[in-house]
Amino acid sequence: MTQPQSDNTAIEREEMAFDVVIVGGGPAGLTAAIRLKQENPDLSVCLLEKGSEVGAHIVSGAVLEPTTLAELFPDWKERGAPLDTPVSSEKLLFLTRKAALPVPALHLLMPQMDNRGNYVISLGAFCRWLGEQAEALGVEIYPGFAGADLFIENGRVCGIITGDMGVNRKGEEKPDYMPGMILRASQTILAEGARGSLSKKAMNTFDLRKGADPQTFGLGIKEVWEIPAEKHRPGFVQHSFGWPLDTHTYGGAFLYHFGKNLVSYGFITALDYRNPWLSPFEEMQRTKQHPAFREHFEGGRRIIYGARAISEGGVQSLPHPVFPGGVLTGDCAGFLNMPKIKGIHTSMKSGIIAAEAVMDAIQNEQAEASSYMDRLKSSWLWKELHAARNIRPAFSHWGMLGGALYSGIDSMIFRGQAPWTLRHRHADNETMIPAEKAPKISYPKADGTLTFNRAESVFLSNLSHDEDQPVHLKVQDMATWKEVNLTRFAAPESRYCPAGVYETSETDELVINAQNCVHCKSCDIKDPDQNITWCTPEGSSGPNYPSGM
Amino acid sequence: MKVLVPVKRVVDYNIKPRVAADGSGVETQGVKMSMNPFDEIALEEALRLREKGQADEVVAVTIGAQVAQDVLRTAMAMGADRAILIQTDAEVEPRAVSSLLKAVVEKEQPGLVSMGKQAIDDDMNATGQMLAARLGWPQGTFASKVEIADGRVEVAREVDGGTETVSLSLPAVITADLRLNEPRYASLPNIMKARKKPLETIEAGSLGVDLTPHLKIVSVAEPPERKAGVIVETVEELVEKLKTEAKVI
Ligand SMILES: Cc1cc2nc3c(=O)[nH]c(=O)nc-3n(C[C@H](O)[C@H](O)[C@H](O)COP(=O)(O)OP(=O)(O)OC[C@H]3O[C@@H](n4cnc5c(N)ncnc54)[C@H](O)[C@@H]3O)c2cc1C
Ligand code: SF4
Repeated sequence: MTQPQSDNTAIEREEMAFDVVIVGGGPAGLTAAIRLKQENPDLSVCLLEKGSEVGAHIVSGAVLEPTTLAELFPDWKERGAPLDTPVSSEKLLFLTRKAALPVPALHLLMPQMDNRGNYVISLGAFCRWLGEQAEALGVEIYPGFAGADLFIENGRVCGIITGDMGVNRKGEEKPDYMPGMILRASQTILAEGARGSLSKKAMNTFDLRKGADPQTFGLGIKEVWEIPAEKHRPGFVQHSFGWPLDTHTYGGAFLYHFGKNLVSYGFITALDYRNPWLSPFEEMQRTKQHPAFREHFEGGRRIIYGARAISEGGVQSLPHPVFPGGVLTGDCAGFLNMPKIKGIHTSMKSGIIAAEAVMDAIQNEQAEASSYMDRLKSSWLWKELHAARNIRPAFSHWGMLGGALYSGIDSMIFRGQAPWTLRHRHADNETMIPAEKAPKISYPKADGTLTFNRAESVFLSNLSHDEDQPVHLKVQDMATWKEVNLTRFAAPESRYCPAGVYETSETDELVINAQNCVHCKSCDIKDPDQNITWCTPEGSSGPNYPSGM
Repeated sequence: MKVLVPVKRVVDYNIKPRVAADGSGVETQGVKMSMNPFDEIALEEALRLREKGQADEVVAVTIGAQVAQDVLRTAMAMGADRAILIQTDAEVEPRAVSSLLKAVVEKEQPGLVSMGKQAIDDDMNATGQMLAARLGWPQGTFASKVEIADGRVEVAREVDGGTETVSLSLPAVITADLRLNEPRYASLPNIMKARKKPLETIEAGSLGVDLTPHLKIVSVAEPPERKAGVIVETVEELVEKLKTEAKVI
């Protein structure tokens, strides 16, 4: 669902027509835009990005596998793509409270974790660069404008409607009110990343999830640190699993040295966790205290903080990615390789394939880009995702150790070709057990140098959000919140929201600090009764991550 | 009457500036840049004069690198009729900026220059005053109200302890303060249309102005961090802390 646009039919809206409108300026959307213009410079292509600039809302690790980039721009080096740090060494650690056991013979045991030939990048910087390439090819990019609604005519998506500007908190028009605009398109490419709001609407409207497993997500919370030059090891890559998560919870930390004395550190917690007392934010903070991580931050300062959901379900959870008038690409469909924790090269590849299918549809004047599915299935992307498909669900079925064991067997013996497919049985909002039955977790207090609280953290997300606008986190029914969230699960949103948006007042009311929202989408995903809906706020709202992110 | 609006590209006001590790300056690499907020106000005022029929053309000008075009596009999306980029990759100071602006004024012959009272990056609060001096024009700085009538402009100025109103003959320079107006959004349709408005580029070197910097940055440091406050339970405890810890009473 999207922000109710006062009343879509009654408002006089300006219109503009394009061949293709793309929603989202991440790797998927930008790659699709570039491919369209490379193949057919005459197409008019418009790309919207809700962040104040391309890259402002991008959060990733990021280790980049440069395969798709080389398909898109064989001369990416000459073009100055910001891939400055090749992976130089890597470790995968199993953590206990005090110790860290490196997984031996990593490249044999877990070939998907082999990062030789890959680069540590800032995905924000990379997207800014892709944006420049796209503009040079003639793509019209409009940052600061969100796709707020699909524009549907006669059962076909005919473009999108941008968000209204200048509406106050009560929903009334302010003097500077500007109704959103209709951007008409022969084909609309949705590239909103994990849990896109228009993608969700398209999936519901056109029943695209029929036959697919539920999508399952992770919440990635990330910090960028600047550390002393003498301690910086460019290209060093470390992942961990085990402590501090319980054995039913999938996830772990990553730490990459890159750029000019920068360290990218983050923690991904699968959102199908069961214990409502769990706080992904606190898990991320306390992991820094482990000896295997702590040393990397000594003498450094934290400079950026952010969070974003990631689609973990894999090929079983993919919706049908085609609807009348458009397609889904990248993480909003779920083209991510979870065992590799990589979605950049896969989302870019889906963008290339989507662009080609959309051009077919435009040329043949078809409403549906029907060649998309065939093109996907005959691509390396499909093979890669197919081979990776059983690893993530193995962890939900058999816990951390069983999952790790299974993934070794799956990779070494079956090489991803096992004759079965493990299913995802539950959506992430269905997995929590009641708070009174779950063990409470006591997290250490922030020390202000290595570990921090949420308020200090979101300060480093450079948020901008005009408070006098409708609250973009819509709670359908407060009675349900009290009964389910508060009584049954002890207000889990106050713990999983990485930005401290949700608080419970002394009188047991839900307080929503919407201006803190970093657009990670976790509440839309994890809320037990799906009572919270994330809608697009006014354009340019949200974080302003600088390009080290 | 033509109104000239100088606009500067600065680190966006939502960004918490970060001092580079070596203390050489503020990190601007990969940081969101946008139009100096006071320049948006100056531009808004010019647009309102045009809408009232007191001006017939609004021209935005910026001095900076090629990328500074983006603030000119924003200016045109807000409503400026056309824009001029005085292109230079050099770091320019108010001294050079005001000389370059003087050259633009001589070429364009505006009846009014409407600019920001200061840019939020360097906080010099100097360019407007220097420009007025170089042109020998009257200046109305820190404007919170601007009225044009009978070939003169009346400017209410925000001064310490109140408002001072001055009446200037035209042409004149005014610099906008925060309360002058609330600038409009650049709407999407207008941003689209602004792509087609004329943007002229002039090499700064061709204007015969000395761009040599005269200021040397010795060091840049972050202000000392403030310690978090403490909540005291009683008045006695407060008095005690003021005596023993803060040592102010
Ligand atoms: C913490 C973390 C670590 C990761 N590590 C890695 C890694 O090391 N390697 C790797 O390959 N992958 C990694 N990934 C995954 C990778 O980042 C994603 O798979 C990839 O970014 C998906 O690209 P996308 O273009 O589909 O979506 P996104 O990157 O999410 O981009 C979507 C864009 O669309 C915009 N948008 C969304 N909705 C709207 C709307 N309605 N209107 C306008 N704009 C909109 C958003 O603001 C955003 O800019 C990681 C992800 C996370 C969160
Ligand atoms: S309110 Fe929701 S989308 Fe926003 S930061 Fe919190 S969990 Fe993420």
